[in-house]
Amino acid sequence: MTRLAVPKTYKLYIGGKFPRSESGRVYEIRSHGGGFLANAAQASRKDARDAVVAARSALGGWAGATAYNRGQVLYRIAELLEGRRVQFIDEIVQTEGVTPNAASAQVDEAIDRWVWYAGWADKYVQVAGNANPVSGPYFNISVPEPTGVVAIIAPQSGGSLLGLVSAVAPALVAGNTVVVVANETMPLSAVSLGEVLATSDVPGGVVNILTGSPAEMAPWLASHADVNAIDLVGAGDLDWVNLQIDAAETLTRVLQPENGPDAASPSLARIVAFTETKTIWHTKGLI
Amino acid sequence: MTFLDYAPAPESQAVLHLRPDYGLFINGDFVPGRGVPFQTINPATEKPIAMIAHANTADVDTAVAAARRAYDRTWSKLSGSDRGKYLFRIARLVQERARELAVAETLDNGKPIKESRDVDVPLVAAWFFYYAGWADKLDHAGVGPTPSSRGVAAQVIPWNFPLLMLAWKIAPALAAGNTVVLKPAETTSLTALLFAEILQQADLPAGVVNIVTGGRETGQALVGHPDVNLVAFTGSTGAGRAIARSVAGTDKKVILELGGKAANIVFDDAPIDQAVEGIVNGIFFNQGHVCCAGSRLLVQESIHDEVIDRLKQRLSTLRLGDPLDKNTDIGAINSADQLRRIRELTAIGEQEGGERWSPACVLPDSGFWFAPTIFTNVSTSHRIAREEVFGPVLSVLTFRTPAEAIAKANNTPYGLSAGIWTEKGSRILAVADKLRAGVIWANTFNRFDPASPFGGYKESGYGREGGRHGLASYLKPAAGRSAARTVATAPAESSPELDAKAPVSRKKAAK
Repeated sequence: MTRLAVPKTYKLYIGGKFPRSESGRVYEIRSHGGGFLANAAQASRKDARDAVVAARSALGGWAGATAYNRGQVLYRIAELLEGRRVQFIDEIVQTEGVTPNAASAQVDEAIDRWVWYAGWADKYVQVAGNANPVSGPYFNISVPEPTGVVAIIAPQSGGSLLGLVSAVAPALVAGNTVVVVANETMPLSAVSLGEVLATSDVPGGVVNILTGSPAEMAPWLASHADVNAIDLVGAGDLDWVNLQIDAAETLTRVLQPENGPDAASPSLARIVAFTETKTIWHTKGLI
Repeated sequence: MTFLDYAPAPESQAVLHLRPDYGLFINGDFVPGRGVPFQTINPATEKPIAMIAHANTADVDTAVAAARRAYDRTWSKLSGSDRGKYLFRIARLVQERARELAVAETLDNGKPIKESRDVDVPLVAAWFFYYAGWADKLDHAGVGPTPSSRGVAAQVIPWNFPLLMLAWKIAPALAAGNTVVLKPAETTSLTALLFAEILQQADLPAGVVNIVTGGRETGQALVGHPDVNLVAFTGSTGAGRAIARSVAGTDKKVILELGGKAANIVFDDAPIDQAVEGIVNGIFFNQGHVCCAGSRLLVQESIHDEVIDRLKQRLSTLRLGDPLDKNTDIGAINSADQLRRIRELTAIGEQEGGERWSPACVLPDSGFWFAPTIFTNVSTSHRIAREEVFGPVLSVLTFRTPAEAIAKANNTPYGLSAGIWTEKGSRILAVADKLRAGVIWANTFNRFDPASPFGGYKESGYGREGGRHGLASYLKPAAGRSAARTVATAPAESSPELDAKAPVSRKKAAK
């Protein structure tokens, strides 16, 4: 006799907690073969707003953490993901219908991406900032700082875990906090990633994961006055031009959709895209 | 006149040889515009200076086509060192004709000659000199090896620093290998047209820089033109928002330098004499027509009365009047429209309970004038503490603790600049860290330098001008390198190794 499995309830990840959607809605997640897998929470605009509030509250602590500390926390995500490889491979195989080898390769790449970005946390400032030789008795320096709350529409095609990690990790490096809308039809690994984050020393609210319809939530995030930047990397199939127009209302920084296998490919530019350059003039006294 | 008064010391206009009318500068020549020409006037006297051509949509098309042709056939094929040499030439010509440019700027804009002569024009030359040297060193600009130019840049500039804003825009654009169509502000086209003459003297290839004069619709036609690759705009947040909307869905790179409502924070241990000078410079420099002006004074409660007393004394010594007079501190307001807006907001400031004060000050009979004004007893919800007045009007607020100062300073949708006055170094560093603004001056204010990036957080815009970061705005990574595509932020502009990539994933042995 086989043991009866205990299926998991897949919920949202907001402010370090795992709530259901306030709307009470769920939607069916089916395997690649069409079988029922789970009822994922279908987040509403209020959930999206709650996630922005959580991200804003977490910003001071995360942006204010030392770069060394942020690097270690991001590296810790890789460690815990490594320990849960089997679970992620299993979910990817079921939802994406790929071979276990392909799923394994995707998980490996996602882990390595965390490691790569973790290493940037205490280095990117040295590369993206510099001292400026101004003509006068001033010490003048330009440093990049996090832009603030970043909303992300995760890639909706390609590897569901890798796409999510590729979009979220670079935004975290500089100290931004994130509200991400996961792959709509394949959100299971996103919810499971939330469980990894919750146990990885990532403070609650630094990453908030919403499952449901990007088309429904994206307009609220794009027009939200407390969202400082929006990454439309996975919004290629949405009415993204209007999202960009909405974002202009408060001069929200916009990254346009990317398509194909290179979408959100790892780069320093992706880190710097979510920073603002601050230039400080310090008067040098005459001695 | 007592022995302490100053005799008039007007700068001579003899150095200036203006034409009665100016055409558009397209493809290396002055050509008539197809719109209705308009007069540019001296805001200090309301007397006409010259007639300026008005570019309509067809003229903008012609200018963009000239810039495209020059880009394809000439400028993009030139070596970096040759582009640099043209920019060095321009820098030298600006220096040679500095006095003439300063007089023209003061006539057309209304700013004191001592500012146009000692700040604006020297910085214009410095800007070209700085970026000239970058033209053959683009590999080090921060967007990876062998970056490319973007193409045709559409640039729209404001009236507060007409020639200086032109230099901020044109110098990095040309150094990076782009060609330019620039639209000066309607009320201050004059020095841009004198600059066009300088370009002829420099023998800059035709079409590399085109200048189209006109009103708002000229600027809209330029910014919305389908054949421009980059839009650089300095002006109001409202206009910047409209530009951000209009480029949605395109791959135009956008640089926006918009409004500000800077906090100038004075702690109780500040060097008071220097702080008072800094406050005055922060808000009364250029009649307060400065996007990064220190328009909100945040003064620690314990020294409020002392600072305000000294500030009032100092303001009483400022001389307002003929901008061409070498002793003038406060010149004319640039236009009747702007004067109306300043009057409107200051009237609201009084209605909302601010206490208004201006020094005894005789305003000339003709022209547009506004006495330096401070409002005390202002709270953060007052409109004069929230909206950009863009005039010589200072709102004074108080605070008790550094945390309160930071909270009040950041309590604005803008984030362009801020000032910190304290003798305590660690406090400067801690406060500077927490201010959400792109430029922070510690124990100084309103300093500008071509080597120093300038630009805002939040609704003050995005992108940087000046320094390496300002150059990178005008470049894109070499083709085939995937850098995050971005329209809005200035990512592209910040790092010497933007093309740094993670190693492509290796397949691991199954575990």
